[in-house]
Amino acid sequence: MRTGQTAEIPGPKKALVIPQPKVAVSMIQRADRPLLVVGSKAPSVETNDGDLVDSAIRFLNTGVTVVATGHLAKTFMDRGAEVYSMQFMNLGDRLRDPGWAGFDGKGPYDLVLFVGSLYYMEWLVLSGLKSFAQDLRTVSLGNAYQPNASWSMGSSPRKNWLTALDDIIKGLEEDN
Amino acid sequence: MSKKDLRLKIDELSSSIGVFKGLDIQVGRIVDDEWEEPMGPTPFPSVGTFRDWDRKLLERYKPFYMPFCDLCCLCTFGKCDLTGDKKGACGLTMAAQQSRIVLLACCIGASTHCAHARHMLDHLIEEYGRDHRLDVALNTNVEAPNMRLVCGIRPKTLRDLEDALDYVETQLVQLTAAAHTGQEGDNIDFESKAFHAGMLDHVAMEVADVCQISTLGFPKGEADAPMTEIGFGAIDTSKAVVMCIGHNVLPSVDIIDYLMENKLFGEVEVGGLCCTAHDNSRYDKRAKIMGPISWQLRYIRSGIPDVVVVDEQCLRTDIVDEAQKIGAPVIATSEKSMLGLPNRTNDPADQIVSDLVEGRTPGVLIIDPTKVGEVVVKTALEMKPRRQGFKEISNEKLAELAANCRSCMECVSACPNNLPIMDAVKAAAQGATEALAEIQPMCVGCGRCESACPEDLPIVSFLTKAASEAGMTDKYAIRVGRGAVTDVEIREVGRAIVFGEIPGVVALVGCANYPKGGDEVAQIAEEFLKRRFIVLTTGCSAMDIAMTKDEDGQNLYEKYPGYFDAGGLVNIGSCVSNSHITGATIKIANIFAKRPLRANYEEIADYVYNRVGAVGIAWGAMSQKAASIAAGCWRLGIPVIVGPHGSKYRRNLLGRADKEEDWTTLDARTGEEKYVGPAPEHLFYSAETLEEAMVMTAKLSMRPNDTSKGRAVKLSHYIDLHKTYYGTMPDDLHQYIRVEADIPFTMKEEVLGIIKKKGWEEGKIGMLDPTLLRRMVR
Repeated sequence: MRTGQTAEIPGPKKALVIPQPKVAVSMIQRADRPLLVVGSKAPSVETNDGDLVDSAIRFLNTGVTVVATGHLAKTFMDRGAEVYSMQFMNLGDRLRDPGWAGFDGKGPYDLVLFVGSLYYMEWLVLSGLKSFAQDLRTVSLGNAYQPNASWSMGSSPRKNWLTALDDIIKGLEEDN
Repeated sequence: MSKKDLRLKIDELSSSIGVFKGLDIQVGRIVDDEWEEPMGPTPFPSVGTFRDWDRKLLERYKPFYMPFCDLCCLCTFGKCDLTGDKKGACGLTMAAQQSRIVLLACCIGASTHCAHARHMLDHLIEEYGRDHRLDVALNTNVEAPNMRLVCGIRPKTLRDLEDALDYVETQLVQLTAAAHTGQEGDNIDFESKAFHAGMLDHVAMEVADVCQISTLGFPKGEADAPMTEIGFGAIDTSKAVVMCIGHNVLPSVDIIDYLMENKLFGEVEVGGLCCTAHDNSRYDKRAKIMGPISWQLRYIRSGIPDVVVVDEQCLRTDIVDEAQKIGAPVIATSEKSMLGLPNRTNDPADQIVSDLVEGRTPGVLIIDPTKVGEVVVKTALEMKPRRQGFKEISNEKLAELAANCRSCMECVSACPNNLPIMDAVKAAAQGATEALAEIQPMCVGCGRCESACPEDLPIVSFLTKAASEAGMTDKYAIRVGRGAVTDVEIREVGRAIVFGEIPGVVALVGCANYPKGGDEVAQIAEEFLKRRFIVLTTGCSAMDIAMTKDEDGQNLYEKYPGYFDAGGLVNIGSCVSNSHITGATIKIANIFAKRPLRANYEEIADYVYNRVGAVGIAWGAMSQKAASIAAGCWRLGIPVIVGPHGSKYRRNLLGRADKEEDWTTLDARTGEEKYVGPAPEHLFYSAETLEEAMVMTAKLSMRPNDTSKGRAVKLSHYIDLHKTYYGTMPDDLHQYIRVEADIPFTMKEEVLGIIKKKGWEEGKIGMLDPTLLRRMVR
């Protein structure tokens, strides 16, 4: 699978490609404590909802906990959505700690979804989690294959990715 | 101890041949007897001397590793898959392998500065003699704080610098050996060794800068160091243009000397890229600074240089191929970067010039700087008329070539910043180059897009041409690097820094691998200058700070003074001048607080860590040198923030603010351990965005020793920046407010309401005489 940046190949352990949106929906539905990490590039990525922040707000409304990295929380706030805020590196560091009780103090997250981050930073944080948080399942929902996740969307034509992302959110909304 | 010398002092010795009183036997070098300060506990420390100190820091700031590769490929057992809890054939874990790579990076970085210093010192000793006196900064007694602190020596002459450099070289060999298969196996011990490499690096850098300042007439800490020019437009292209690239000023000095001796400055323009440019301008302000290292390819593609001179470090290793494309010969001047060129050091200058001008060789290697000066100038003067026919790519040719784009996206995938190159090239095929011009300021100049292009389109040339068409050929003022912070300045501001009344010292340093262009460095600088922080800068960052003008046409160097005081913008100089930044923090402990400096590293680091609100920002950090410079800051207790590309150093050192047990500190007055809050929260941290970095900088400026007044000042900046960029009050104020008096006055009610909801109680966070060292308890 082609990666989002040419040389970003890892090693023997690579992400499985999410074959269909319903697989991602099922993973999220089965998770006890899913977390969506939204990166700082989200406002510049157009989606069927407007941009990735708008799409993330749809995730939020289905009950998925959302955390914004960088200084993105302000953008969510400006759009009337309240999400958690944590720097990307800090978040990666906490996610590798099985003793971290999460933002609400109710326990560790068991499924972490990523979208809207700088490709190479997400690559690295996922790499850290791959080796140092082996029980954590990670899913990359961006439009480029992230080999260090447990599961990743494939690198696909933009139109296909937009449809798949929309289908995942719809799947969760229907479940609600 | 690495010292070879021996000194034996015996008050009284009875022996079979008599009684000897006041016996003093010395073998080797004579120690500095005139120095009233006694030798401290750790002269010339070995690899393990500060292991306990490092472990204290690393217990608080645990490494978060982000492997760049799942494998270890360093021995023939491998490749070994280290993912998860697997081990390599030698038993090494993933964590240990990552820290081993960090150590190797720091060893490469420190060795590079050390080799640079060695070359410079050997040459200057040959030219000026071993007894040449050091003269580093005005009104300054503490001439070499890193050498005093680490080695316990007080260098007075060039000869004394050899002792420091011998020590650094010996230690670096030990550290490199530790990375061999089957040596060190613990990741924290690897990290401690990386810290050691960093500390050594600051000694090596100090040697390099002290010797060049003392011999070459560089500014000596003057706040009003001269202004020179920087930028594409700074170069007078009506003259023959010499482009000097790298970090070692010696060959360029001889070029400038030759121009002066032969009164040729009116005919030849000397411009430089990266730290050689800084140091050229410190030598003679008529030397121009073309720009940061990322402009290397861009400047060559502009076709302006008539001769390219390379010395060492951060060069494009394909510089000969690139220069050939514009018909400019290359003169290599260092055995470290010979680039396959014939060694012509011993040939007559005129013969070399003739071969270069006639194109019989694309370049030459000349190790003798004096000969470099003559050959470069003569070659430039002869090449200038011959190269008159050279033209950068035309708009028509650009459009014709761009039409060959296959829309494969390889350029975008290869670009470190995923810039929308393909769309811009396709627009250029239609004659619209605006998109290319928009991309150009964000381009880091690596040329990976070209390497990836299946049509071999010269994309960097496209960008350069488009920017030129858009008029992006301005010139800017820059204050030349002034070198050290003087003792007098430290005396004047030490108290305000230690008590927190000056909110912090921000050092913007390092390379130009930015996520969104160099403008961001200027934005960071201005944000903190307006807030009356002291802003220090070196290297490529010091250049990029210059290249933004306000609506009145002024840049930051024109708007802010060059003194080391609140609101000062201090261009310290080149990469090796970074030693003066750590040096300034060390001098605060010594000159203001009267802490003994000589070979007293732990105590001084403990002081700096707990009291001096300094933060390093290397927004475009790229090199192994940047890694070792940062490592020297970590051991000294100075946090460093890097930009998003800095995450590729593959690990951060992060504190856990949510774990109160991590943040207890001893009270030196009572010996009692007390929670002091997470200040500073991180030691090495990659920020995702500029805004995040600015908020974090304000937060990392807080120290346990802040007075209430100082803490309130620092909090007011942290809160204001957080409100500006996050739109909310910070949610961790309860961890930084020790007593009500810490709360900024105008926000008292609002903040009290917030922190009380978090269960804040006055006095829970200690205000004490903080130390991490039990032996400092009185």
